[in-house]
Amino acid sequence: MGTRTESPGYTLAVGKQGTELILTLAGRVSLGSADALLAELDAHLDDPAVTTVTVDLAGISYMDSAGVLTLIRLEEHGSRRGRVQRYLHVPPEVRKVMDLIDRGELSKPPLHGDEEPGGVVDAMGNAAQRIAADFIGIMAFLGDLLAALLHAIRHPRDVRWGDVLFAMRRTGTEGLPIVALISLLIGLIIAFMSSLQLKQFGANIYVASLVALAIVRELGPIMTAILVAGRSASAYAAEIGGMMVNDEVDALVTMGFDPIRFLAVPKLIGTVLVLPVLTLYADLFGILGGMIVGVTGLDLTPYTYLEASRRIISVYYLVSSLVKAVVFAFIVAWIGCQRGFQVRGGVEAVGAATTSAVVTSILLIVVADSAFAIVLHYLDKT
Amino acid sequence: MNPGGSAVNGTGEAVVAVEGLTARFGDTTVLEEISLEVHRGEILCIIGGSGCGKSTLLKHMIGLLRPAAGRVLIGGTDIVAADDEQLNRIRGKIGVLFQSDALFGSMTLGENVALPLSAVDGISPETAGAIVRMKLAMVNLAGYENHYPAELSGGMRKRGGLARAMVLDPKILFFDEPSAGLDPVNAAEQEVLIRAINAGLGTTMVIVSHHVELVLGIAHRIIMLDGREKGIIAMGTPEELRRSAKDPRLRRFLFKEDARRMG
Repeated sequence: MGTRTESPGYTLAVGKQGTELILTLAGRVSLGSADALLAELDAHLDDPAVTTVTVDLAGISYMDSAGVLTLIRLEEHGSRRGRVQRYLHVPPEVRKVMDLIDRGELSKPPLHGDEEPGGVVDAMGNAAQRIAADFIGIMAFLGDLLAALLHAIRHPRDVRWGDVLFAMRRTGTEGLPIVALISLLIGLIIAFMSSLQLKQFGANIYVASLVALAIVRELGPIMTAILVAGRSASAYAAEIGGMMVNDEVDALVTMGFDPIRFLAVPKLIGTVLVLPVLTLYADLFGILGGMIVGVTGLDLTPYTYLEASRRIISVYYLVSSLVKAVVFAFIVAWIGCQRGFQVRGGVEAVGAATTSAVVTSILLIVVADSAFAIVLHYLDKT
Repeated sequence: MNPGGSAVNGTGEAVVAVEGLTARFGDTTVLEEISLEVHRGEILCIIGGSGCGKSTLLKHMIGLLRPAAGRVLIGGTDIVAADDEQLNRIRGKIGVLFQSDALFGSMTLGENVALPLSAVDGISPETAGAIVRMKLAMVNLAGYENHYPAELSGGMRKRGGLARAMVLDPKILFFDEPSAGLDPVNAAEQEVLIRAINAGLGTTMVIVSHHVELVLGIAHRIIMLDGREKGIIAMGTPEELRRSAKDPRLRRFLFKEDARRMG
């Protein structure tokens, strides 16, 4: 940030006649010299015998509003001690600025008090209230969304399929490169780390099983969901939030469209259709990453590696992984859109909604994944 | 200084001068070879229909856009050729009120107004607070320093933006559509406020607007731009323009002649 300094361009002469203090001010008085001037003037007012202060402004060449304010503040300081302040030879320019300043308004207290920091208990109570209200908001939106989805299933012609395809392209096609790269590297890392241990026991072939199992059952679905949450939940929240700020959502309502059916349902359908496919890709690339380590570092042939992987992956694992992907996709679209519709006020609320969309959807994805881990384990046993 | 109030045209000394300014966006020429002067202490209004380039002209005058050709002089310094340091010095002497108030939503009104003060050395927090209260009182917003912009009405936000624009006592104030989005009562209040600040602080003002009532009420001089001519088609005091307006485009603008005929 640039700084401007202004040299004090004023001169102050002080004289005294009985109980009257005469301050003769000349030159330039402006913002930069206001503090110095006030301190200097105050210093001359210590004498309790003074009852009248006369300020002579004959020599003033320039005085800005900050300069005039300094004189008014001096007046206030003086009036607290019962002094009267008079002005002599006020230049017309300065007189106009003085007239522009309403002294009564200056001492008006703020309509909002300064925010007082509450105690710990207050803060905890507020936080609890906020979380509860947030939870209710999310759940109420879930109800609206399910009702809109039901309507879409009953009346498929009402769905804006063009927007569904657009959401699929943005989330799926455009997300594929980053999903592929991350999955490949994750597969590679798991294979490399586990091979260091398993090699010692000559159990090289089990690297393939370990990677395939970890990727298909857990890491594929959850890594993809987290990436999509980062890319798409944020995009949905920002898009809808921006529309809220610009009254576009209100415009939809006045034209007779239900904003949830119009905006959220296509995103939901698009995400739910595309995330399982992305998850399959992630599984494939993860196994490929493991194979790179297996073939180059563990003397396995591609055939044996893939065969070992195939043997460990059951149809049950694959289907449960796709079911997870559908649920995660639902969470991403649900939270992304809800955070967007929640935006009130200005643009800064859009930024907050975007962040919150990513954080909340990742949180819910992990919670859902924990539930899946337990439920799938018992389903597998039966 | 002008003791007579609103009917003066300043001292005749040019504080802003635009010389042969040409503005282009890509291949589209918006303004061609425009020259004008703004005199000390006057209120100059730039009018014209939508898309005539009046906001573009304003953005060139405050250095946000670089002209394809020509010069813009503020206080005798060419801001097109100025280096960063010179430009910063000039920017300290001008204030701009944007069409959307451009108040920062994450700061209170008081913090918004105090922001330009933080760039000046040696101002104590007490003094900064007193200056903020004074400027807010000048725009009839005394007591609102702890409000956030979202808690204020459109008219109040506009006035808050004005308080921020004039916190450093700028020599020149630029306004982009100061009455846009305001109801007639608020627009009239804005008009009174602009006139009071011009008369009280002697601030030179350049106002871009298509609000005819406001312009005729406050302008010392009016310049009309036209999109097809890409330049100035009329210039003069409100009285001169009203009396001798021959150009049909100007008559349509000032007297809404077409609209009446249609009605």
